[in-house]
Amino acid sequence: MSWEIVIGLEVHAQLATRSKIFSGSSTTYGAEPNTQASLVDLGFPGVLPVLNEEAVRMAVLFGLAVNATIDQRSIFARKNYFYPDLPKGYQISQFESPIVAGGEITIDVGEDQKQTKTIHLTRAHLEEDAGKSMHEEFDKHTGIDLNRAGIPLLEIVSEPDMRSAREAVAYLKKIHALVQYLGICDGNMQEGSFRCDANVSIRPSGQKELGTRTELKNLNSFRFIERAINVEVERHIDVIESGNAIIQQTRLYDPDKNQTRAMRSKEEANDYRYFPDPDLLPVVIEDALIEQLRQQLPELPDARRTRYENELGLSSYDAEVLTNSKSHSDYFEALCATIGDQTKLCANWVIGELSAALNKDGLDPQQSNVSPDALAGLLARIVDNTVSGSMAKDVFVAMWQGEGSADDVIDAKGLRQISDPEAIATLIKQVMGNHPDQLGQYRDGKDKLFGFFVGKVMQAAGGKANPAQVNQLLKTLLNENS
Amino acid sequence: MHRLSVLELSRGLAAGDFSSVEITRHFLDRIGSSNDLLNAFITVTEERALEQAAAADQRIKQGTAHALTGIPIAHKDILCVDGVRTTCASKMLESFVAPYSATVVEKLDQVGAVMLGKTNMDEFAMGSSNENSCFGPVRNPWDVSRVPGGSSGGSAAAVAARLVPISTGTDTGGSVRQPAALTGTTGIKPTYGRISRYGMIAFASSLDQAGVIGQSAADAALMLETMCGFDTKDSTSSQQPVEALHNELEGDLKGLRIGVPDVFFAEGLSDGVKAQVEAALNVFESQGATLLQVSLPHLHLSVPAYYVVAPAECSSNLSRFDGVRFGHRCDNPKDLDDLYRRSRSEGFGPEVLRRILTGTFVLSAGYYDAYYKKAQRVRRLINADFQQAFEQVDLIMGPTSPTTAFPLGEKTDDPVSMYLNDIYTVGVSLAGLPAASIPCGLSEGLPVGLHIIGDHFCERKVLSAGHQFQQVTDFHTLRPEGEGA
Repeated sequence: MSWEIVIGLEVHAQLATRSKIFSGSSTTYGAEPNTQASLVDLGFPGVLPVLNEEAVRMAVLFGLAVNATIDQRSIFARKNYFYPDLPKGYQISQFESPIVAGGEITIDVGEDQKQTKTIHLTRAHLEEDAGKSMHEEFDKHTGIDLNRAGIPLLEIVSEPDMRSAREAVAYLKKIHALVQYLGICDGNMQEGSFRCDANVSIRPSGQKELGTRTELKNLNSFRFIERAINVEVERHIDVIESGNAIIQQTRLYDPDKNQTRAMRSKEEANDYRYFPDPDLLPVVIEDALIEQLRQQLPELPDARRTRYENELGLSSYDAEVLTNSKSHSDYFEALCATIGDQTKLCANWVIGELSAALNKDGLDPQQSNVSPDALAGLLARIVDNTVSGSMAKDVFVAMWQGEGSADDVIDAKGLRQISDPEAIATLIKQVMGNHPDQLGQYRDGKDKLFGFFVGKVMQAAGGKANPAQVNQLLKTLLNENS
Repeated sequence: MHRLSVLELSRGLAAGDFSSVEITRHFLDRIGSSNDLLNAFITVTEERALEQAAAADQRIKQGTAHALTGIPIAHKDILCVDGVRTTCASKMLESFVAPYSATVVEKLDQVGAVMLGKTNMDEFAMGSSNENSCFGPVRNPWDVSRVPGGSSGGSAAAVAARLVPISTGTDTGGSVRQPAALTGTTGIKPTYGRISRYGMIAFASSLDQAGVIGQSAADAALMLETMCGFDTKDSTSSQQPVEALHNELEGDLKGLRIGVPDVFFAEGLSDGVKAQVEAALNVFESQGATLLQVSLPHLHLSVPAYYVVAPAECSSNLSRFDGVRFGHRCDNPKDLDDLYRRSRSEGFGPEVLRRILTGTFVLSAGYYDAYYKKAQRVRRLINADFQQAFEQVDLIMGPTSPTTAFPLGEKTDDPVSMYLNDIYTVGVSLAGLPAASIPCGLSEGLPVGLHIIGDHFCERKVLSAGHQFQQVTDFHTLRPEGEGA
């Protein structure tokens, strides 16, 4: 039987506010446990939440960016459940009236990624994060760190519109890029600033009714998300094809074993007893604020991508790769601005050498060892033929290791390209003189030997001769006396 | 000295007739000799009080005193006071020392009022008799075999017995007004949102409101005015400007339109209370006020609606008492469930458990619409009833409580009969209106309270009417005799 895969995603994006959503505590990551938890975060008797307006503005920005409806009177609700890292015994979230309703984004699909598909959003709502339970650090006990309690989250819920793990990842990458473009989330998946749960089900192709779903929790990299969904889909197919039924449950993906396992032995339907939080007034968003935020919307990934293709003449692939990450794209723009009129060269370098070096060291473009200005210095030497493209790669490695500017490295290593036509002609004549047999054969029509001469000339030049000039002069000289 | 009103004490302090340290010692002595019997105070903060009194005396000398500077007060033990045990009369918080002060407490500290201690109450403010306290019941100074009302029973008894000249209380469904009625004191709870709830341990957040229990409307006005105002720490506190109250109560009752709803005089009201309330209304009429019939067609639904909304909020508000971070924790928990179950079962008393269970039930899937949503709808209808009435009248009046103080133990086994004690007060709370109870005579030797209800933010109108009444009557000066007095 052929199965259709149905995937819906819930993204938790930590909003990049300076203080928490309902208290003045700092949101800086990585502080000593419980040093960024005020009486409000600890849920002490008598304390009250006060909404951080910045979180509201960020949620509205997101809603505008995905063409959603902004609910001008949204309501905070309490989601009641007991857990030690949930200090109040309830999480302040939104239930019946979320701040953002609907919305959509477009992803590329198909083998060649040439088709597009619209993924609809159900909603996006504001809520506070819970604390962190640390089960490993303390023998037979669980430690509780409430630094994270009260960090603002935007929970972005999609419709079950995705039909493959690949589509799911494409969607996530889009959302991931979008929140960073908007400046509302740093997108750091390792630190948990951008988290994802996936609802997965299958149904016989053509069937309208949805199959029983399972929820995959805490998938903290795009690679794991794709693998987790694929392995879970296989499990669904195995279970159903062997005549059993899928149990609706929450499952954890284990990347080491590449399998999912049930989080709880028995699935209890949680009754969160949502009701409007009487400590908080409805969030009223005036038209003026929405308009003001609309004006503030930065250029978004799709628009930037179109501009790269249409105005900068980049290929669709280059434009997409660059714009998928705001920081890469920003780096690219800074580079272009410095060097001017070399967009394709800049794109190649950002996508190629720079990204590779950043990945290897686990760095973000903002943390790059080679700044856009410094890289522009190197690219300028390619443009003016001081170095060849392949030499430039060596220069870049040296720059990355802190050996100075492009010119410093070129001088120190003596890499300056030979582009004096007379010097190159002299080299060519030497090579021709040293290989009379090959010269004869070439002149007898064995064109293939051209490459042989190029190699010999480059060798004689210690790799420093300008390849284009070598080509051109070689052609002239080889054919000259024939 | 304890026979003096707050305003008289204030004038005496200003004139140098006595010092704050002297009056503070005087009231501390009274607490020392009477508290064993009345059980009105859970904690007496003698040292802190004497320090505050000494500082107040300095301030008075320097001429920077406020009218409340040096005046002894008490706080209901639901308000957090930095460094002082704050128990909510619950075993759950028996040894909880608050690490911060409520906004109300800070405001009264700032004007130099002297806190003598924390008053007894029904556990987490849930009760109408002050019998639900892990520190034992409070006794009514008018008859120590009877209850003082609740939940601010300790504050009311302390003021009635003049263990303190004035006290804070809190009112969720009548917890300031009903004990004021049963102890012959003057109690007011303002409009919901008038006073910051920050630092007041939550029972039902959409209803909780601090108030004052004192000897007269004029005294209450002085303290209330100090407590009101918007607070950035409480999003539900009102930004409506605060009216001056205590010097603004003069005037007369001529032309005042008083609404008298039938429903307040229907079945269940005792004859004695009815007679005193009617007599009081006649006083108003004789002073030039007009009595008008008003109709509150949905008010009879207020008790059931209240006992859905308040427990619902309570069940969530009290979830934080889980034995993890503060409060009572059971010995040797086996696992997490055991920790929760035993810490909470041991820490909360039966009425609190009953309300948590009720609240959990009404919020549960499948029951939410039938109970919680419907109760919220009733709440809006009740509010609309009052709004309509206030188009015709300035104030609404009736009895505060259907009976006078009842004997200890009489209703403890019958929660519904206990809840019916709030029949006149909870509707007002659901509508968020300001209301006072002022003494209007005795029935068989026990005080009767007149309930004065105003429109939103009309505290001055309420207190002013009470003050006018107290200018021509002396019920508020009657004092209990005998054991508790």
